[in-house]
Amino acid sequence: MQTLKMALKSIGSNKLRAFLTMLGIIIGVMALVILVSLVNGATGSVTDTISSLGKNMITVSISDNKGAPVQISDLSEWMQDPSLGGVAAYTKESFTGKKDGNAETVDVYGVTSYYEQIQGMSMLLGRFLRSTDIDNHTYVCVINEKLATELIGYTDCLGQEITLGGIRYTVVGVVEDNDTSLTKSYNNDSLSAYIPYTSLVRMSDSATLEITSFYVDAAEDKTTKDAEERITQILLDRFEDDEDAFTVKSQDTLENTMNDVSSALTILLGGIAAISLIVGGIGIMNIMLVTVTERTREIGIRKAIGANRHVILQQFLLEAVVLCMMGCGIGIGLSWAVLQVIGIVVSSLSITFTLNGTVVLIAVGFCFLIGIVFGLYPANKAAKMKPIDALHYGG
Amino acid sequence: MPYRRKTVRHLFIREKHPAPLPRRESEKVDRKTIIKTDKLSKSFSVSGKQYHIIKNLDLEIYEGDFTVIMGSSGAGKSTLLYALSGMDKPSLGHIEYAGKEITEMNDDQLAVFRRKHCGFVFQQVHLVDSMSIMDNAISTGMLIGQKQKDLKKKAAALFERVGISEEMTDKFPAQVSGGEAQRAAMVRAVINDPDVVFADEPTGALNSAGVEAVLNVLTDINNEGQSIVMVTHDIKSARRANRILYLEDGGIKGECNPGKYVSGDKKRHEMIRGFLEEMGW
Repeated sequence: MQTLKMALKSIGSNKLRAFLTMLGIIIGVMALVILVSLVNGATGSVTDTISSLGKNMITVSISDNKGAPVQISDLSEWMQDPSLGGVAAYTKESFTGKKDGNAETVDVYGVTSYYEQIQGMSMLLGRFLRSTDIDNHTYVCVINEKLATELIGYTDCLGQEITLGGIRYTVVGVVEDNDTSLTKSYNNDSLSAYIPYTSLVRMSDSATLEITSFYVDAAEDKTTKDAEERITQILLDRFEDDEDAFTVKSQDTLENTMNDVSSALTILLGGIAAISLIVGGIGIMNIMLVTVTERTREIGIRKAIGANRHVILQQFLLEAVVLCMMGCGIGIGLSWAVLQVIGIVVSSLSITFTLNGTVVLIAVGFCFLIGIVFGLYPANKAAKMKPIDALHYGG
Repeated sequence: MPYRRKTVRHLFIREKHPAPLPRRESEKVDRKTIIKTDKLSKSFSVSGKQYHIIKNLDLEIYEGDFTVIMGSSGAGKSTLLYALSGMDKPSLGHIEYAGKEITEMNDDQLAVFRRKHCGFVFQQVHLVDSMSIMDNAISTGMLIGQKQKDLKKKAAALFERVGISEEMTDKFPAQVSGGEAQRAAMVRAVINDPDVVFADEPTGALNSAGVEAVLNVLTDINNEGQSIVMVTHDIKSARRANRILYLEDGGIKGECNPGKYVSGDKKRHEMIRGFLEEMGW
């Protein structure tokens, strides 16, 4: 306690110098905490979005059907597979949507009935497309809230007719807009309509009954990995064991990739911040060396009256560590303030930037280590002084 | 009382041909040895040249004595004091402290030895500037793990004895006079109840009032049984001693034992003056 008091008194006796010494550590800690917290905040937001899209969803794209194209009937057959929860085909086109003189460009999705579950869509009104709609190529559609508002004028529009690409469709359902973070700005601006896959094939020159993209999810008692392995096996059997004929990607893979990117970014930015902390540590060592020289007489007095090497080492080491930890504390406080400001500035993105507890602990630990490492040499230099030489230093 | 003069040469060969030192004594008293040196030597090397400051010195310091070491400049007084106190290691020879060899101790062991057995007062005040007078005084006690509360209580009593008020103990060394700071240093020197207080020209940087105050404190604590070894070149300070050693050319040229200090004792003062004149002072 006495040593700590002495360290604080010594630091307090030259406040400006102590602050300038700490500045390197303050900047280093701020760089570390702010950058890593920003990366974590952004990653968390992206990961949440990916999860909200359907965590168990597997996306399959077929690039070469080897003369055995996937048909809707195949999807129905695969739906019965015990490892797979469901399969939903999709294709997308853009058409002009019209209603009572209003015209809008609409993203029209040709889908099968399981699309609703696999995408985790929520119905605001009515129902989603049924298997019978797909089988009978019916002209019914499900539209999103935005399209209902923009084209029809209100969301309570079940039974209303709109034209998509010149064909009349009856609205049977209105789907809630997805307002999750990163997709919010994109999806809210898009006007979407969902029609039976078979109906879209009739309207479009490019869409065919040969399905090239579909979603799969796992059965309730199976993992996404099981489902991924199963659909891969089915497709390998179908496409002559050609792994390049198709790609299978799960949301887990996406999330893992995102996490890998995030980890790499965290390490990169953390590393850069760590370098500034090390530079700050060198500043601490420099000042501690000056302090030891300035206080040679004090060291001599303390050694003369019986302070051994350990006591002097502890005194100067503690001073270096206290300097580092004070810098660390100020740095963390300022980081918190800066993150609050950034949070307010980018509040429209719905990304939360909070002080990351782990990175704060890492910063504290790293600063402590820097205090020890860079304080050790000056402290050791002080501790090794001969009392007589130190007492007579400078005459 | 007669005394014999002895040449420097005799001192160096007294191991083989022991001869008594020139000595003035007021009375013979049986005293217990607290420090004993055996062929103590200390040399320094400057620019490749060796300087032998202390040469084969055999010496005993007695418990309860106020021993003063005098001598001309460069005689090795301070070097001897620092060697006796374990602050500096001798080049050759041995030092026994209460029967315990200290020359074989390493730096850390010597530090522990100093904090337990020695008290120090230096010519320059040598208080830590960033600590209050009180904190400086108790710093030695803190080193041996005594409770701060007990130390402050003890220090307060000592401060009162040396004439430093309670309010002054909260001040920093730069805020008090040289004499007051030196008296505070003396409190620090005795707070651990050391076996010996080593004082290196403690009055050298003080005005006459400060000198008197410091010498009175030293005399008082010696009268209570505290052993003191003091280096001085000041005859006024030397008068307070009951034993004066005169150092010359790395050896003890002569010794005077005038007995305990009594203020105004002209006979005693004449004896010391005579001894110092004899030594060439």
